[in-house]
Amino acid sequence: MSWSQDQMVARAAAEIADGMYVNLGIGLPTEVANRIPPGVTVTLHSENGLLGMGPFPLDAEVDPQIINAGKQTVTILPGGSVFDSALSFAMIRGGHIDLAILGGLEVAVSGDLANWTVPGKMTTGMGGAMDLAAGARRVIVLQTHAAKNGAAKLVRTLSLPATALACTSRVITDLGVFDPAGDHFKCIERAANVTDDEITAKTGATVRFAPTVG
Amino acid sequence: MASNKVHADASAALAGLLRDGMTIMAGGFGLSGNAERCIDEIARSGVRGLHIISNNCGNQGQGLAILLKGRQVARVLCSFIGGNPDLAEQYAAGTVAVELSPQGTLAERIRAGGAGLGGFFTPTGVGTSVAEGKEVRDIDGKRYVLEKPLRADLAIVRAAVGDPDGNLRFYRTARAFNPLCATAARVTVAEVDHLCGKGELDPDDIHLPGIFVHRIFEAKDHKNPIEFRTTRPTSGTP
Repeated sequence: MSWSQDQMVARAAAEIADGMYVNLGIGLPTEVANRIPPGVTVTLHSENGLLGMGPFPLDAEVDPQIINAGKQTVTILPGGSVFDSALSFAMIRGGHIDLAILGGLEVAVSGDLANWTVPGKMTTGMGGAMDLAAGARRVIVLQTHAAKNGAAKLVRTLSLPATALACTSRVITDLGVFDPAGDHFKCIERAANVTDDEITAKTGATVRFAPTVG
Repeated sequence: MASNKVHADASAALAGLLRDGMTIMAGGFGLSGNAERCIDEIARSGVRGLHIISNNCGNQGQGLAILLKGRQVARVLCSFIGGNPDLAEQYAAGTVAVELSPQGTLAERIRAGGAGLGGFFTPTGVGTSVAEGKEVRDIDGKRYVLEKPLRADLAIVRAAVGDPDGNLRFYRTARAFNPLCATAARVTVAEVDHLCGKGELDPDDIHLPGIFVHRIFEAKDHKNPIEFRTTRPTSGTP
């Protein structure tokens, strides 16, 4: 059985250590906020200019001028702060954000990431994706292992336009956990009952299985 | 510049400033922090061929998208098009030119413009389409791309509180690009929810000093539209 989306999210949340400043990308990564392990205090950053982002507001608390980078209404936790966009991206590029968990379309063995546009489709623009991928101290990509049509999303070299080069430390998919290792992916964890053969078949690059995986 | 910065409304504050083909910076993020009355006044004026510098250039038909709907915009420099069907449509049709800039690069280009810098080297975009045609330099073993400063003829910004000297205080995430844009234009017009008296803002609480603001007016009852109203249930965990 491959991991469900919720299991993927929980596995990503396990990467967060106490005291970290973390930015969660739009989409599935946003859900990581709901699965932070007990006892772990994390400060969430939203690149539109907010540190200490809290959960969605109660209906009575909704404030149109408190939003996240996905333009959803959110709250600010005690100790939170707001600032302009230049300072917000100084936090990102300056290596002050410990971890960014981002969605992905393709990750290469080099750690190159593509997640912002698909040629031939109307682009949405990159927003803050390129800054986060290039700037955060550690980038973890949370994505399905293969596309709906079966195409591999863990690849030898990107076929899609890059978001940033050599930026990805780890990829968490529905089949397991994979670290880009230069010329191959190192599988460091497998979803229960997923075989090496299945992983190899669904990956567009060499996979080596760490001895402890099993 | 006149010593009296205070104007009655958007029409008075923008009088004599608007012309075809001009470059306008606008400080909002999505539908938050927009100078709504300034946008309405620019729409009413009918100026065309505008070059807009703004993170989103409006969304869902609102904010700066009003100017797109009126076919007043020729070029947009932004980081994100998603959620803005007017921009996507006119970009696809080739009637509006779009330059995409990574969000942090856009912010810093505006900051550089306002700070009198000739540009900066950023790691963002190295090895991507964003770096095409730009200088890439190795600095102490890491590669950076040269990004140039941005300036505008006019900046329209929105703040929560302002005073007659043009000092501004922003509110929550409506700050975003507003203070940056205010520094990088030949003329900056600030639209504030509340215009307080001289000296009422504590010097320590001023987010943007009035030196950057040339004209200011109070506008009450902003629409402050919400793009995605997300809430959690009253009981239970978020």
